[in-house]
Amino acid sequence: MIKDLIERMLKGDKKATARLITLVENDEEKAREIVKKIYPFTGKAYIVGITGPPGSGKSTLLDKLIKKARQEGKIVGVIAIDPTSPFTGGALLGDRIRMQRHSTDPGVFIRSMATRGSLGGLAKATNDAIKVLDAYGCDVIFVETVGVGQIEVDIVKTADTVVLVTVPGLGDDIQAIKAGLMEIADIFVINKADKEEADKTLFELELMLDLEREKFEKRGWRPKVIKTVATLNKGIDELWSVIKEHEKWLKSADKLKEKRRFRAEEEVKTIVSDFIVSKVSKELKNNELYELVGKVANRELDPYTAAELIMEKTLGVKV
Amino acid sequence: MERSKVRILIAKPGLDGHDRGAKVIARALRDAGFEVIYTGIRQTPEQIVESVIQEDVDVLGLSILSGAHMVLIPKILKLLEEKDLKPNEDVLVIAGGIIPPDDAQALENMGVAKVFGPGSPIEEIIGFIDENVAKLKKFRA
Repeated sequence: MIKDLIERMLKGDKKATARLITLVENDEEKAREIVKKIYPFTGKAYIVGITGPPGSGKSTLLDKLIKKARQEGKIVGVIAIDPTSPFTGGALLGDRIRMQRHSTDPGVFIRSMATRGSLGGLAKATNDAIKVLDAYGCDVIFVETVGVGQIEVDIVKTADTVVLVTVPGLGDDIQAIKAGLMEIADIFVINKADKEEADKTLFELELMLDLEREKFEKRGWRPKVIKTVATLNKGIDELWSVIKEHEKWLKSADKLKEKRRFRAEEEVKTIVSDFIVSKVSKELKNNELYELVGKVANRELDPYTAAELIMEKTLGVKV
Repeated sequence: MERSKVRILIAKPGLDGHDRGAKVIARALRDAGFEVIYTGIRQTPEQIVESVIQEDVDVLGLSILSGAHMVLIPKILKLLEEKDLKPNEDVLVIAGGIIPPDDAQALENMGVAKVFGPGSPIEEIIGFIDENVAKLKKFRA
């Protein structure tokens, strides 16, 4: 079944592509099988991450960016992520609303995805879904994160270019120098820039970036700040050209290779740690190790010693 | 079938903008633990069917209050058929809104699994989805 789906996907069949994404989302074993088979066909797509707080206009901006990419004849993939309820497991995925005019365009594939428990702004299966769209033949893949706050920075491990969308009036200059989200942007967008305080936000961001001038000079890319009004199509041309400028810089300075090497390392590390957790969880059900945990609960053994013993017994590794 | 792995598209075909009902249903299905994709108002049959494909949904919920249901819903069913998506086999199609009983019967004969009129208890809709999604080809295999 999977072999057939992959063959159809490689021929450009959207239905097969959509089903493969469902499988990588729902079934870990099938995800492994699929990724092993499609990996040779991936690595061609350029990945643009769009992140920022809820309601800042990520989906609306994305709608306009899809249009720009399509005008250049690029095949476009979109993965738009919205939160899963931690209480019911349900989700309401509404990013698509803003992009529906593209849904009948044969050169666009839009997929909504729920976080299903992940907290970093993406879903666990996002990276595998990107691979499916990459193998399907997308030239550019936009990944829209959930609405984020200060620390959901997983997108930096996924995207080649990270666009952080903010809006005027969200906070003062201290917010701009806080750690986390503000550190990951290659491009800052101040959307809804027809509002008051847009220039103040621009000024604060520029000032924040000037503080790190030396770091940026050494690196060769100082994040750009762009004002947009997505609903009025203002600033979109500039944003699109800056995204391409960043892509060009990454590729010319060999930075893209470096970035992808970092990303591969992160990805492999995550998979290995998932393997370990799943193996150890399974083993913890056997009597000997079950008792070991009981001893920790009874204060007969400390948790670090127990963990060391478990690593040795399940994986043969001395920590 | 685990509800959080069941994907439901709620769409409003046609020109009426009365989306309260669709939003209430979308929200209730979310609270019941399903993954709901909401596409908003004024969707063409083509947009809806393309969304069904790209989102690989199991259930398509159509909300329509304009009176054009006997034109739009058969068109959606026909487009699904053209894409080799069989109602009740590949995707469960349900409908709601202002649909007279005779029309509801006619639509159910065409392949809509069930028409839920105003005042349908949400538990009934959830129960119907639970029971019938399990019969889809995808989950039987």
